[in-house]
Amino acid sequence: MNHRAVPIERGETRLAWLLVAPAVAVILLVSLVPIAVTAWEALHAHDLRLPWLGRPFIGAGNFMEAASDPRFGAALVHTVAFALISVPLELMLGLALAVMMHSAVRGRAFIRVSALLPWAIPTVVAALLWRFMFEAQTGILAASFQTFGLVGPAFDWFVHPLAAWVPIIAADVWKTTPFVAILLLAGLQTIDPALGEAARIDGASPAREFLTITLPLLAPALVVAAAFRMLDALRLFDLAYVITGGGPGTATEPLSLYAFIALMQRLRFGYGSALSVIVFLLTFAFALVWVRALGRSLSGARS
Amino acid sequence: MKARPEAVVPAAAGALLLAASLFPIYWMVASSLTPESRLFESRPLLPTAVTFEHYRALFDERDFLVPIRNSLLVSGLTTIVAVPVAALCAYALARLRMRGKGLLLAFVLAVSMFPQISIVPPLYLILRELRLLNTYPGLVLPYLTFSMPLAIWLLTGFFRQLPRDLEEAAMLDGATRMRTLRDVVLPLAAPGVASTAILTFLYCWNEFLFALSFTLGPDRYTVPVAIMLFRGRYQVPWGEVLAATVLATIPVALLVLACQRRIVAGLTVGATKG
Amino acid sequence: MAAITLAGLSKTYPNGHVAVRPLDLRIEDGEFLVLVGPSGCGKSTLLRLIAGLETPTGGRIVIGDVDVTAHPPQRRDLAMVFQSYALYPHMSVRDNLAYGLRVRRTDAATIAQQVGSVAEALDIEDLLDRRPAQLSGGQRQRVALGRAIVRKAKAFLLDEPLSNLDPSLRAQARAELRRLHRLLGTTVVYVTHDQEEAMTLSGRIAVMRDGALEQVAPPLEIYAAPANTFVARFIGAPAMNLLPTAVAGIEAPAGAVAGIRPQDVRVGPEGARRATVDLVEPRGPDYVLHLNLDGSNTPLLAVVSGPAPPAIGAGVFVTLPPDRLHIFDQRDGRRLGAH
Repeated sequence: MNHRAVPIERGETRLAWLLVAPAVAVILLVSLVPIAVTAWEALHAHDLRLPWLGRPFIGAGNFMEAASDPRFGAALVHTVAFALISVPLELMLGLALAVMMHSAVRGRAFIRVSALLPWAIPTVVAALLWRFMFEAQTGILAASFQTFGLVGPAFDWFVHPLAAWVPIIAADVWKTTPFVAILLLAGLQTIDPALGEAARIDGASPAREFLTITLPLLAPALVVAAAFRMLDALRLFDLAYVITGGGPGTATEPLSLYAFIALMQRLRFGYGSALSVIVFLLTFAFALVWVRALGRSLSGARS
Repeated sequence: MKARPEAVVPAAAGALLLAASLFPIYWMVASSLTPESRLFESRPLLPTAVTFEHYRALFDERDFLVPIRNSLLVSGLTTIVAVPVAALCAYALARLRMRGKGLLLAFVLAVSMFPQISIVPPLYLILRELRLLNTYPGLVLPYLTFSMPLAIWLLTGFFRQLPRDLEEAAMLDGATRMRTLRDVVLPLAAPGVASTAILTFLYCWNEFLFALSFTLGPDRYTVPVAIMLFRGRYQVPWGEVLAATVLATIPVALLVLACQRRIVAGLTVGATKG
Repeated sequence: MAAITLAGLSKTYPNGHVAVRPLDLRIEDGEFLVLVGPSGCGKSTLLRLIAGLETPTGGRIVIGDVDVTAHPPQRRDLAMVFQSYALYPHMSVRDNLAYGLRVRRTDAATIAQQVGSVAEALDIEDLLDRRPAQLSGGQRQRVALGRAIVRKAKAFLLDEPLSNLDPSLRAQARAELRRLHRLLGTTVVYVTHDQEEAMTLSGRIAVMRDGALEQVAPPLEIYAAPANTFVARFIGAPAMNLLPTAVAGIEAPAGAVAGIRPQDVRVGPEGARRATVDLVEPRGPDYVLHLNLDGSNTPLLAVVSGPAPPAIGAGVFVTLPPDRLHIFDQRDGRRLGAH
């Protein structure tokens, strides 16, 4: 502001800080302090099983270990690949679902409930459900794949390092497509129907109308949905832990799970903290890139 | 609006998607009512033999009421703490003039982006020091890490949507900001507050990692943890696991059925802003 | 009841936009002042500055004899009627009316009595238990007025209160407002973009443009002696004609331009010069003729009444009575006098 705050404004600002203080205090206490501690721990060698070694400062030692740790490299690849596969899938299916919800005239409530249920279910429940459906050779989906000749008779989904990803991706897509659909539906509802009508009067086919009018106007909502989903996908934990436990071996182990194992099972707090910091940096870096791209795409869409 | 031919294709695809959404849930319920011995045989889609043995076992042998109670308490307590505190903060962010508002919102958003795993170790150590491991407050505190930013984000959006001139009218009538919040803003934002509470409760109910890390025994496990840790001696007792998942889903399903409008309003409160 | 004095009041937004340039204005106790101007001229901002809903960048606001510049809206004892009426949707009409009094801890008996008498005066007694959503636009407008009246505030601020009404209701509502003002005698500051509303309602009109006051005067003076070409063309419909002084046929200092209202142009079978009719606009009671002065190819608007207007393309005679001419400076539009 280019003038001294008038007494009215000062009073309001004082009240504002008073109202904001409790929330900020809580967040500082339960989020910022632990994050800072984690960052601190990441710079030390701290193994809870070897307390007599103390907690020496080793600077970037943990990070360097991670760089040459093949299991870390594999986990990184898993995490990014998972995100790059499941998010576009969710966006496309979510868009289809949103378009359908938008044009539905009746049964809106039923559609909404059906779409919301998978999203609302605890991730653990979804994970167990999808595990069950692919289990052995007789889980219903495992059996269906066999019936359609897509896999051999003795195929065990959870023994094959790539096939084990299928239930995980399927569960994630199943669970979050409705969320994406609802976000995109809100975007669709803000598009002025007069624009589409004008296009149709001009002779555009429905496909052309969709591609040249609807999709560009939906771009901001798509970007927001994509950003939220990417952030979550990079932090994948629950589904992998429950469906495969990271197996077979470590074939389906994402970064968060590796960090969890290092921390809670092997009790290597220093190394595990470093791994968590890497997950955070990955998420943060992505968010930065995305926000910039979002900003540019929005100003482009407006012009 | 009559069905246009070009509307049929998305309608068919949409119907397929909906069926895909609902089928796993149906299958879960149907399987939970199937005797254990027949779970992995090839079965028709409609169950022929219905049994409640799994549900009985859940309550008689596994005392499933305990995790349900724990989940209810933890989710409820977190919601009761997070929503009012967040509401005050959100009103300030939505309506009052203060410097650094953008920074504060960015800060709140950034905090919610932290991977949960990053803060498990220090929280574990802190809770252990405070002797709060395996207690209710010991879960509520970590749950605030994601429920506070979520509630602040949602409530700020809802407050912003209210027409400004109602608050201005109240101020000219002589009401202070706090009085305006109480007499005008909160009653009008009640649906938004409800949406926020419902979504907060849902996120807490479904949370897994913190519950797994900060509870030590079956007396404090929440529902997701309890289900996950069912361990038969030799194999996973799928029948009981499925029955437990059904029970874990029922409260959620009821909430969705009763409040689907509120839930959608909450999910989209940010989406319709510029 | 109080007078309102604005001294050097200005408002510049942080992004650099100047909404209100430093201005001085005194609104007398009991006066009905209308702020009028095109959109974006700053009239609503000025009203909100008086209300305390915006904070000024400079200057002072004095209500009665109290400097309220530093006071929040709660402490200024002003009543405001918003364009959207801003009725509390979750409260009954009765509670809407009573809210301001309840906040000031008035006792229940006084509240009931005052709400009752205002409801009676505005003929909304049978609406008292309804919610705003159940009322028509006209009823809501009266409740909004009632909410302002019941508080017996020092002044009323009205922000385009009639613009959301059906045009057919507006004339009636205008009459109601004038009657109420005569009854209550409160100081009123009224914002509108409709110049006809300004002319019929006010004690004085304040014409604004680009954040500055162009002229503050009673309606007849604004109409008969506009301070510059902007005011001259903003007030009065159709807008005043502006012609080169040579065409108007008068002696005038160099760099001047002449103005004459279409209503003052005489058209008939005889007159000082000839013109051709380009267009005829029927308005019901009269006609607007779009004329073109022969010889100088100057457009001219004239208003004529009567049973049959001239046809398009017809030639007519036009007289510009010298005593109806206004003279303005060509460069800054300033009034130089009447002829």
